[in-house]
Amino acid sequence: MASKTKNQGFDAMKQLEQISEQFQTIQVLNEEGEVVNEAAMPDLTDEQLQELMSRMVYTRILDQRSISLNRQGRLGFYAPTAGQEASQLASQYALEKEDFILPGYRDVPQMIWHGLPLYQAFLFSRGHFHGNQIPEGVNVISPQIIIGAQIIQAAGVALGMKKRGAKSVAITYTGDGGASQGDFYEGINFAGAFKAPAIFVVQNNRFAISTPVEKQSAAKTIAQKAVAAGIPGIQVDGMDPLAVYSAVKQARERAINGEGPTLIETLTYRYGPHTMAGDDPTRYRTSDLDNEWEKKDPLVRFRKFLEKKGIWNEEKENEVIEKAKEDIKEAIKKADEAPKQKVTDLMENMYEQMPQNLEEQYAIYKEKESK
Amino acid sequence: MAQMTLIQAITDALRIELRNDPNVLLFGEDVGNNGGVFRATEGLQKEFGEERVFDTPLAESGIGGLAIGLGLQGFRPIMEIQFFGFVYEVIDSISGQMARMRYRSGGRYNSPVTIRSPFGGGVHTPELHADSLEGLMTQQPGLKVVIPSTPYDAKGLLLSAIRDNDPVIFLEHMKLYRSFRQEVPEEEYTIPLGKADVKREGKDLSIITYGAMVHESLKAAEELEKEGFSVEVVDLRTLAPLDIDAIVASVEKTGRAIVVQEAQKQAGIAAQVVAEINDRAILSLEAPVLRVAGPDTVYPFSQAETVWLPNYKDVIETAKKVLSF
Repeated sequence: MASKTKNQGFDAMKQLEQISEQFQTIQVLNEEGEVVNEAAMPDLTDEQLQELMSRMVYTRILDQRSISLNRQGRLGFYAPTAGQEASQLASQYALEKEDFILPGYRDVPQMIWHGLPLYQAFLFSRGHFHGNQIPEGVNVISPQIIIGAQIIQAAGVALGMKKRGAKSVAITYTGDGGASQGDFYEGINFAGAFKAPAIFVVQNNRFAISTPVEKQSAAKTIAQKAVAAGIPGIQVDGMDPLAVYSAVKQARERAINGEGPTLIETLTYRYGPHTMAGDDPTRYRTSDLDNEWEKKDPLVRFRKFLEKKGIWNEEKENEVIEKAKEDIKEAIKKADEAPKQKVTDLMENMYEQMPQNLEEQYAIYKEKESK
Repeated sequence: MAQMTLIQAITDALRIELRNDPNVLLFGEDVGNNGGVFRATEGLQKEFGEERVFDTPLAESGIGGLAIGLGLQGFRPIMEIQFFGFVYEVIDSISGQMARMRYRSGGRYNSPVTIRSPFGGGVHTPELHADSLEGLMTQQPGLKVVIPSTPYDAKGLLLSAIRDNDPVIFLEHMKLYRSFRQEVPEEEYTIPLGKADVKREGKDLSIITYGAMVHESLKAAEELEKEGFSVEVVDLRTLAPLDIDAIVASVEKTGRAIVVQEAQKQAGIAAQVVAEINDRAILSLEAPVLRVAGPDTVYPFSQAETVWLPNYKDVIETAKKVLSF
């Protein structure tokens, strides 16, 4: 775009345009499942590729079942995930067990694949704090509700790992709206300043509830916001599991080599509503746009790729679907067995030691809850 | 024993705990090389190195998030907010995150963070430096709030705050930093959080107070003694949790009480103390419990602060109303 303002020895607009142009979308598989960027192809065995596909299929089923369980009143708060499987699962797949995940509320699938038992994910949805009592050895924290608050915490976890000399990373997830928060800038800037081993994933699914990404910022990409913090930023096709995997794998390697954090923007789409609590996407999205993105579906293109390689078929897929359904049934049963959440549980966990005011109130609620 | 100012006692406590516990980290804006804008962290970076005592980028919310993350990695962070008026920038990390960490995770995680910050009027600061915002913090369950009034208390309370496994806000009144010295043991000692201290014994009236107002109240008590009144001064020291037993014991002894705070009157600590007295000791009362506090405005520009701030004369005036009821 030609500027109307006269340049006097420098061209600020040109500088800006040059920066934006540098952020091209990285893709490995196109919509037909064809490899378009051999150099960026991750080094994964056939078994690993099958495992990644299995996780995506499993999670798609989990999403469908969660939506129907929510409609039956058997689940509570739920943020649908279909469409974002490549962004969520391929990024988690590039991690090691010792890496620490700080998720947003749509990022429950990454927690599950990092070790959170499924029934606990259901309890989180039902508003039971046992859902957040993460088992020892599972390096995740409960999903953050305040958009962006997890990003500055990730800088702290990463700095802690660096101080401990650990060969691990902190990874945090937010969305396109989250990248407008002050905490986003503070988080990437702190991690950059401390050269902390952090990975910041922005899943740009184009809508922060209803507000389109175009209204979030004048920046052409979210990835380029990394430039201001002096850290690498890349934009990947978030519907392409191999591109996402490659980006995170490389960022992780850089982080544990002491080269600091990376910002990764994944271009993706959520097919469903923002949450199951009454959001109606037809108010802010057209069906044309929905169709355009459904053509990019991560499962479709990865299935094509694997079928061409001869390592995936309908039978394998059906096995995964059956397994997912069986696990979900079991997990719901286990979640049903959890004792009802009590106010006295809450009181017991406000402080390490209960102060006098709470102690007095505890006696009252103990009595109320015994009836 | 050494004679120390309040700020020296604070530095002393920080040094002791940095020595004791390798997981203690101290950070904030200008706390490293510069030793803090008041020199509370003077010499600590030199002694303990940049890995443990370090400057952060200028962003309060980021500092709070950093403390949470470091806490999750097993560290014991001491973060400084340069002036407590800047706390609004980091309220989410403190009230939305740290305070809820233990509950939210069902006891799996906690935030053993100490938040140190200067506050308090009478030193002619620009806006949003001097405000007494302790009431705002005590309204948040999950937090502890401490305000020492003497060097001795500051050292013992700060050591307890750092060792506490829950988030503690430790507020340092700027006017008290260097206003007087007191004998402070050089060795380590702790004062439990949640325990008040009777700074002066009396029989006719209890003045319940904290922070810089302890000194105005003690001055008022001396003046009142000349007129024949025996006045007790109770220093709360910790505002969350409140030492309810100490408040009740004093009121039961004297039968009359006033509550003195520097903060605005509305919805503050003093109101909470009055409510506790009403709940628990109303039959011991010979007179209504009155409050001395700042007016219900924002903290004033410095030219008006001398009149705005409650002083010993205001305390005497209110005390006499209660004594003569």
